[in-house]
Amino acid sequence: MIRDLFAVPWLTGNAWTVWQRNLDVFLKTWRVNLVPPFIEPFLYLIALGFGLGGFVGYIGDVPYIDFIAPAIVAVSIMNSAFFECTYGSYVRMYYGKTFDAIIATPVSIEEVIAGELLWGATRSMVYTGLMLPVLILFGVVDLPSSLLLIPFAFLGGLLFACIAMCFTAITPSIDALNYPSFLFITPMLLFSGTFFPITVLPPAVQVIAYTVLPLTHVVSICRGITLTMFSPFMLVNLAWIAIVTTALFFLSVNLMKRRLVV
Amino acid sequence: MEPVIEAVNLVKQFGLFTAVDTVNFAVRPGEVFGFLGPNGAGKTTTMKMIQCASPRTSGSLSVFGMDPGTHSREIKEMIGVVPQETNLDTEFSTYENLIVYSRYFGIPKEIAEERAEKLLDFVQLTEKRDINIEKLSGGMKRRLILARALVNQPKLLILDEPTIGLDPQARHLIWEKLKLLRSQGNTIVLTTHYLEEAERLCDRLVIMNNGTILVEGSPAELVRDHVGSGIVEAEHSPEVVACLLDLEIPYELAGDMVQVVTDNPRMVAQELLSKCDAKRVLTRAATLEDVFLKLTGRVLRE
Repeated sequence: MIRDLFAVPWLTGNAWTVWQRNLDVFLKTWRVNLVPPFIEPFLYLIALGFGLGGFVGYIGDVPYIDFIAPAIVAVSIMNSAFFECTYGSYVRMYYGKTFDAIIATPVSIEEVIAGELLWGATRSMVYTGLMLPVLILFGVVDLPSSLLLIPFAFLGGLLFACIAMCFTAITPSIDALNYPSFLFITPMLLFSGTFFPITVLPPAVQVIAYTVLPLTHVVSICRGITLTMFSPFMLVNLAWIAIVTTALFFLSVNLMKRRLVV
Repeated sequence: MEPVIEAVNLVKQFGLFTAVDTVNFAVRPGEVFGFLGPNGAGKTTTMKMIQCASPRTSGSLSVFGMDPGTHSREIKEMIGVVPQETNLDTEFSTYENLIVYSRYFGIPKEIAEERAEKLLDFVQLTEKRDINIEKLSGGMKRRLILARALVNQPKLLILDEPTIGLDPQARHLIWEKLKLLRSQGNTIVLTTHYLEEAERLCDRLVIMNNGTILVEGSPAELVRDHVGSGIVEAEHSPEVVACLLDLEIPYELAGDMVQVVTDNPRMVAQELLSKCDAKRVLTRAATLEDVFLKLTGRVLRE
C-alpha cells in the first residue's frame, strides 16, 4: 500500500505538453501575471525593510533590509508554486475537466500531474526572475551570486508544487484547500527564519522548523546566495529539499492517479 | 474481419456496485455501433473502459487487438473521444483548442494548423475561429468537441451522448457529420438515449439496462423481432379495455392509452372503431422506442 503510493511513475516527454499548455495560458494573460512579482518586493522592502528595519537596524552585521530580501524571494517561491498547484490545479481538474480531456490523448494521468508540477516550479522561477531586478535596484542583494536564485527557484518551486499537489489530491472540495493555506503556509511564512533569525526561537521549535517547515531550508539557501555567505550547512538544506521533493513528487502523482482513475 | 473492439464477459464494479455486468459485444470495422439505454445503464462506464480511462474489473477487452490495461498509449493514439461532458479548454479560442489538443498527440505544428483549419470548416465553425469558447453556443461547443476528437485522424470514434441537450438543428448537423465520417470508412461507437438518433445512425446496436445487454441487432431487426410491424393505440377507457378482453386481443397500458402490438394494424383499428366504440384510434409503425420501452420498462429513471 505505502509502496504503491511511492512507486516510480512511468513518464515520457508528454508531460511537457501539459507544461506548455499552462505556459501558453500564462503568456496569454501576461499582463495580470507580471505585475505582482514587481509590486510584491516593493511593498515588503518598504514596509519591513525601511519601516521595521529602522528600529531593528542590524541582525548580526547584516542590515535588516538585506536580511529579509532573500526571505521575500523564498516566500514568493513558496506562494507561486503552492497556490498554482492547489487552487490552480484543482480548478483545472474539477471545474475545467481539463485533465479528463487530456487523458483521452496519449498523455497519461501521471504525465498530466508531472506537467502541472513542472509548471508550478517554472512559475516560481519566472517570479523570482522578475523580482530580482527590483531587489538589485534596491541594492539589497549581492551580484553575481544572486543570479543563482533563478535556477534554485525551480527546485524550491518544485518542492512546494509537490506538497501542494498532495493536498489537491486528497481535498474533498476547493474550500478545504483553505486549511493547508492557513495552517501550513502561514506558520511557514512566520517561523522559517524569514523575518527574524530562527536561532531566537526555543531549541524545540527550531527542530520542528527544520524538520517540518520546508520554507526554512529554502530561506536558508536563498539567504546564503544573496549575502554570498555559503556554509556547509546549505548542503544539508539542499539534501533535505532534494529528498523530500523526490518523495512527494512520486506521492502526489500516485495520489492523484488514485483520485482520478476509478 | 477482426473486430475493432471485442468485449468478453466484461465487468466493472465500483465497490459493491456493479456498473457493467458481464457484457459481450464486438464492433466490426466501418460500422456505427450504438449503446442504447436509460440513465445509469452502464453505457458511459463501458465507453470509459474502451477509451482506457477506467480499468476493467474482470473479463477481457481488446481494442484494435490490444489490451487497454497495458497498451493505453497505442490505443489512445488511434481513437477520438467525444465525452458526454463538455470539457473544452476555456482558456483558449476555438482554433487554439484544436492546436493545443493536437500537441497532446505529438502532431507537428504545421500539420496541426492545417488540420485545425480543415476541421473548423468541416464542423462549420470557421467564423468562430478566434472566439473564446465560452462565447460559443451549446451546439457549437459540441461541434468543436467533435472536431477536436478528429485531430489525430482516428480510426475509431467514440461518442458518449453526442447530441445531449442540443436543439433539433444542431442535432441534425451533428448527425450529418457523423454520416459523412461513416461514409469515409470510420468506425463509430456511440451511446445515446435518444431513440431516433440510434435508429437513424446505427448499423447495429445493443440495448443496455442495469449494466447488462438485453438485446443486440440492427434497428429494423430489433423492431421486427421484439415488437412487430404495427402499433394501434386507443384511449384507455373501461369500455375499450373490456372490449379488447372480450375480443381476446392482447394489449398494454401506456399512460392514458392502450396499445396493441400487431402485424395487422388495419384490422385491429377497424375492430376498435366498430366493435369497441373507441373515440380515438391511432395506428403507426413500430419504432425502436417501442422496443426500448418494452425491454426497459416504463418506470422513470433517476
